[in-house]
Amino acid sequence: MTFKRFVEIGRVALVNYGKEYGRLVVIVDVVDQNRALIDAPDMVRCQINFKRLSLTDIKIDIPRIPKKKTLIAAMEEADVKNKWEKSSWGRKLIVQQRRASLNDFDRFKVMLARIKRGGVIRQELARLKKENAA
Amino acid sequence: MAPKKTRTGPRNPDLVPGIKKFSRSKMYHKRGLWAIKAKHGGKFPSHEAKPAAQPDVAAPEKAPKFYPADDVKKTRAKPKKNNPTKLRASITPGTVLILLAGRFMGKRVVFLNQLPSGLLLVTGPFKVNGVPVKRVNQAYVIATSTKVDISSVDVSKFDDKYFTKEKTKKAKKTEGEFFKSDEEEKSVLPQYKKDDQKAVDTALLKAIEAVPDLKTYLSARFSLRDGMKPHQLVF
Repeated sequence: MTFKRFVEIGRVALVNYGKEYGRLVVIVDVVDQNRALIDAPDMVRCQINFKRLSLTDIKIDIPRIPKKKTLIAAMEEADVKNKWEKSSWGRKLIVQQRRASLNDFDRFKVMLARIKRGGVIRQELARLKKENAA
Repeated sequence: MAPKKTRTGPRNPDLVPGIKKFSRSKMYHKRGLWAIKAKHGGKFPSHEAKPAAQPDVAAPEKAPKFYPADDVKKTRAKPKKNNPTKLRASITPGTVLILLAGRFMGKRVVFLNQLPSGLLLVTGPFKVNGVPVKRVNQAYVIATSTKVDISSVDVSKFDDKYFTKEKTKKAKKTEGEFFKSDEEEKSVLPQYKKDDQKAVDTALLKAIEAVPDLKTYLSARFSLRDGMKPHQLVF
């Protein structure tokens, strides 16, 4: 019931609305009740409404409004990229992006693979059923 | 350092229609004309003035015998060019296309080349999905990003004349013949067309079988399923 992810300096968040949709950013300062200053290694530091952010579990250790170099070093030290890509949320996003970029031929190949996999599963299930019945 | 932004709008935007934001002197600086001048030693680069053409001394013009009452515009002969329809950049020889209309709706087909009329020349191949060598309009086609290697296929003998219907002379029917069935009037596909189809397809099939699953892909029809949003699909 208690909150576990807080808006704080160093909190890594995902932008969920707007031009920067889908980008992982770090909160580097709080402007006021509604807005934060965010920064990421490959973008210009800017302000954003909290409503446009989804907080993640990841937090890094940075001073308030660090220089880009410091930010990048801190992100490397905390290994944000790998932690994100290993987390279930991060993995889901990667799968979504992969599926969205599938070509018509790729989608066809996926369909064939799913049918094949289903067939193998059903065979194995039938074999196990037979064993159990016997 | 902020990343360098590529120019997105005009250098001198309109504040209000008719009033620009920057003055002449500001624009001179923004356009870098000072740099161009400096590069060329204090002057703008210019072309040498062409020598004025000598007036034709040979024949003095005679006064015409007739002046039209109204001013008549002198029309200039414009050579009429009939270009084939502009081909979408996504359609290149060897692209797999999805046909959207007609008897072969949904079939995935290989694009061969564009004919002078603008229509696209495609083939199934016939053995794979039953689509013969035929012409198709670009508008009724989705281009996928799958390409087949088409370098070994020769399509030079196909042109628009190849596909026109043969003009059959309709003999006048007598009363008795009116009630006869029209079965005898059926047209048979000439052998040379079957041979042409085979010639194109054998070369193409080798290229198709080189890619795993491509043959089954071409033999299956495309259809939209639950959850497929055409505007979000990548073809």
